Amino acid sequence: MLRLPAFDFQPARSLEHALALLAEHGNDALLVAGGTDLYANMKLGLFTPRVVIGLRSIAALRRISFDPEQGLRIGALCSLDSVARDPAVALHYPALARAATMVGTPEIRNMGTIGGNLCLETRCNYYNQSAEWRKALGYCLKRDGDICRVAVHSPTCKAINASDTAPVMQAYDAAISLVGPLGERSVAVRDFYRNDGAHASVRRSDEILTEIALPVPASGARSSYRKLRLRNAFDFPLLGVAVAVATDAAGTCTQARLLLNAVGSAPIEVESAGQILLGSHLAAATLADAAEEVFRAGKPLENANASLLYRKRMLRVLARRALDEVASPLR
Amino acid sequence: MGKNGASRTELTERHVVGAALPRIDGYAKVTGAAIFADDIALPRMLFGKLLRSPHAHARILSIDYANALRLPGVVAIAVGSDLPVRYGILPSTQDETVFAIDKVRYIGEPVAGIVAEDELTAQRAAALVEVRYDALPSVMSIEDALLDVGESGEKIHPESRKQSNVHKDVHLTFGDIEAGFAGADRIFEDEYFFEGNTHAALEEHSAVASCGADGKLTLWSSTQTPHYLHRVTAAVLEMPASRIRIIAPPVGGGFGGKTEPVAHELAAAYFARKTGRPVKFTLTREEVFYTHRGRHPVRIHLQTGITSDGSIAACRLQTWLDGGAYGSYGVATTYYTGALLPVTYKMGAYAFDGCRVYTNKPPCGPKRGHGTTQPRYAFESQLDSIATALGLDAGAYRTAIAIDPYSRTVNHLRVTSCGMREALSAVTERTDYGEKHGKLAPGRGIGLATSAYLCGAGLPIYWNPMPHSGAVVKVDRGGGVTVFCGTSDCGQGSQNMLAVIVAETLGVEVLDVSVCAGDTDLTPVDLGSYSSRVTFMAGNAARNAAHEVRERIAAAAGAELGIAPERCAFASGRVFDRKQPDRALSFVDAARAAEARFGTLAGVGSYTPPADLHGDFKGSGVGPSPAYSYSACVAEVNVDFETGEVRVERIVLAHDCGRALNPTIVEGQIEGSAYMGMGEALMEESAFRDDLHRIPNLLDYKTPTILDTPRIEAIVIETEELEGPYGAKEAGEGPLNPVIPAIANAVADAIGARIYATPITPERVLQALDGTTGPLRLRAPVAARTA
Repeated sequence: MLRLPAFDFQPARSLEHALALLAEHGNDALLVAGGTDLYANMKLGLFTPRVVIGLRSIAALRRISFDPEQGLRIGALCSLDSVARDPAVALHYPALARAATMVGTPEIRNMGTIGGNLCLETRCNYYNQSAEWRKALGYCLKRDGDICRVAVHSPTCKAINASDTAPVMQAYDAAISLVGPLGERSVAVRDFYRNDGAHASVRRSDEILTEIALPVPASGARSSYRKLRLRNAFDFPLLGVAVAVATDAAGTCTQARLLLNAVGSAPIEVESAGQILLGSHLAAATLADAAEEVFRAGKPLENANASLLYRKRMLRVLARRALDEVASPLR
Repeated sequence: MGKNGASRTELTERHVVGAALPRIDGYAKVTGAAIFADDIALPRMLFGKLLRSPHAHARILSIDYANALRLPGVVAIAVGSDLPVRYGILPSTQDETVFAIDKVRYIGEPVAGIVAEDELTAQRAAALVEVRYDALPSVMSIEDALLDVGESGEKIHPESRKQSNVHKDVHLTFGDIEAGFAGADRIFEDEYFFEGNTHAALEEHSAVASCGADGKLTLWSSTQTPHYLHRVTAAVLEMPASRIRIIAPPVGGGFGGKTEPVAHELAAAYFARKTGRPVKFTLTREEVFYTHRGRHPVRIHLQTGITSDGSIAACRLQTWLDGGAYGSYGVATTYYTGALLPVTYKMGAYAFDGCRVYTNKPPCGPKRGHGTTQPRYAFESQLDSIATALGLDAGAYRTAIAIDPYSRTVNHLRVTSCGMREALSAVTERTDYGEKHGKLAPGRGIGLATSAYLCGAGLPIYWNPMPHSGAVVKVDRGGGVTVFCGTSDCGQGSQNMLAVIVAETLGVEVLDVSVCAGDTDLTPVDLGSYSSRVTFMAGNAARNAAHEVRERIAAAAGAELGIAPERCAFASGRVFDRKQPDRALSFVDAARAAEARFGTLAGVGSYTPPADLHGDFKGSGVGPSPAYSYSACVAEVNVDFETGEVRVERIVLAHDCGRALNPTIVEGQIEGSAYMGMGEALMEESAFRDDLHRIPNLLDYKTPTILDTPRIEAIVIETEELEGPYGAKEAGEGPLNPVIPAIANAVADAIGARIYATPITPERVLQALDGTTGPLRLRAPVAARTA
């Protein structure tokens, strides 16, 4: 069977301890929370850390709290399952509950954490393969090689952001807390990700993602997340569409954000589609126009388990379904 | 009543046959107590790793493993020249060596073996082996493989006499095919493609070998065919078979993927002998994809001539099989694509042309339904088109042309019991098929299909006049009974089957029977768990062995009770007078009386299929079976017109298994078949990118999850198979075949268009709705189409 390479496991007793371990081992160390992503990638030889720092026993990072004035705060170590089942999440941030429910399998949601899902390593058909497979093909930009196998002329890696929760967090305008040797900083999710598959976030290697803060939803806010996959569990998104809108008492759209995942190395916001919705009454024709704009703007590549033409065509369908859902008077 | 048949008297006294008892190995399996091959750990055991080719087709110029051998912890390394004996499961295609010699033929082919103190060291050492290759052009499709390679080209197997990469070409005609078509009122002609896929058994292959101080070699392997592994190990290691012992532990799923000896098993044996230490090789999932021997991709051309009443006047089938790099069971697979098609329906004349090609892919071989699955999908698809064209109900039409029990097929196969009409009516009535088909709302569809399958091949893989299965039954003085048989339980329940048959014959409880199986030192030969042969053949052998014991006990008990031996009945742990059941001995006392009278109490039994099963023509050896099982399936689907997603909402699957020895296990086989067939119909594919398997892992190679799996309604159809053990036939493979065309037919019903290829992916559904086979249209969906 595929063996996990040897490494030195250092369980952190506290956040401070984790930071100290990170400072001590520098670039030889990687962080692990649930391990559902990291260990699988290590088995494939994608990472070969000498030290792995375990975060699981830091109880302080495993809390969810909701305050009607402040909004939601989720500790990075909350399991995806606990996020999906949290009553406040379900009530105020239903698209997050749905996205968390759609990750992997029950086992993965029990082990995997929200922080880990936001830091999910970008994925690609040419990258998430064994060392032998990658050698047979010739290595790629993201690991051991010098060209992108998906887009041979691209100077950057085209691996995709396959986190189900990331586009939803950005649609809710969430912010991420990062703690490092210089203290804590807060980064909006929209600034957290970079559209470069090999360097996909601004988190520095000496920083730890500790918390995610979501603002109080506006009154009349509604949201949705739609995921395209080939089976109903145990599948990364071929495409994801997150939508958050708010309307005033007259039914006029006052906020609109549409985010895509699995079409870039970061969640991709389609601002032009949001512009179409803003000020409208979310009538069917407007929704169709916005979905068409999502279709126009989204640019999948040939690097997932369905053709780019199929994923391109599904942009319109998923966007329309997500928009129909938030525009439905029942929600 | 022949010795293989069930007598009337016994049928009325059955006490465990037909009972839904828990299987004897069930608790061990579900609690994790069962010891699979990879669970075996021996003192001082070494771990092996295979270095595999990164080229699809290349000459090996040199191999230098000096650096690898110097790595601390590495114990031994071997390459092709160390094990030069060629082998292959079929005598006609001895085309493999343990490690490639001179050239490699697919990415993932073993080139060298390394054993070390631990697995990671062996893996690191593999990366230090320096192999220089000279790449050759690769052949990756059926179409390319059919081309003449020309003067300068190099065939995948240069020793082949053909000018192309064709491996096997077969042509068979039965009846007057030209007259059949000339007399037909309508001729239907279609081309289909069935994509290759793999077994995806949960257990990755594992082998452990150990050489004793006496020089004898023991090899434990997750194999479905310990006897064939025994033969090939002896040949490749050039060692007397009498010094080799093969043990098949419980196998964690096989589905045909563990039916022939492959490199890691032979490498384990070789290194154990060479190093004097136990050696284990366990494959990674990716290596299982390269080892493969899975479902062949098959291109199918099907032409059927129909008279005005719907009778099949003539049928012509051409198949092209993409065999991958080696022969495997491929010659048999090729014949199987043609042999079983006529077993379900009457036809006037039949012509079959099969052609298997070599390509630079992992070798294809047998998977559940072996070669019959692909043409069955095509034929049942076309039958629906025919019924529609003739304005007939597709269920009634199939019933009208169904083959009759106790008849001969157009290709001379002997049909005995046949529950096909019963299976057809069971599934159509349960689902109101006739009221629904063609009448549901757009996007909703219902589909029907049938199939038939073997109960073991009539002829062995290597020609020999010996039995296909043997068993020994021994009785202990405490009343315990042990049955010894060479079967390998790949999860299908063969251990339980042997216990039930022996318990039934001797009238003891199932748990009073111990099963010793799959051990070439201890058990008589059984050819293995393939072609659905074990219940029928090993079951008959065990029944015959138990019967020998029973006769001796009856003679002794009859004397004790003062009655003729024929009057002795055996049930519930007692031997009693059939006419006065209270006159009885306990089984233990009866057995002791028999031992006192006749000596040590053991019986032997064997099974050889009847000799008159097949016609007299080249290729007639593939297809004959002592009996055939029959199945029918109805699937109901819901298709999303915008995304192309197919949701299977219900599968009703009826299977004629003769008598169900244990109905729970038969239902389990039916449910597993429905599940596996659904995966093949909708998502599974052996996909390649350039020369490389694109998705050699179970995250990207899609099999359905439980959330994708609908309600499965298993219906057991019982017929009386006179030659089967207690009337039983097979249930392990047959039920799979109709599932795929039933789903294809349901999708066609739902979308009003037919998809001529598997798997029926969302993309293919949209292409069918677009009316194109090319790239997807990206236009906005037509509103009217949306259901």
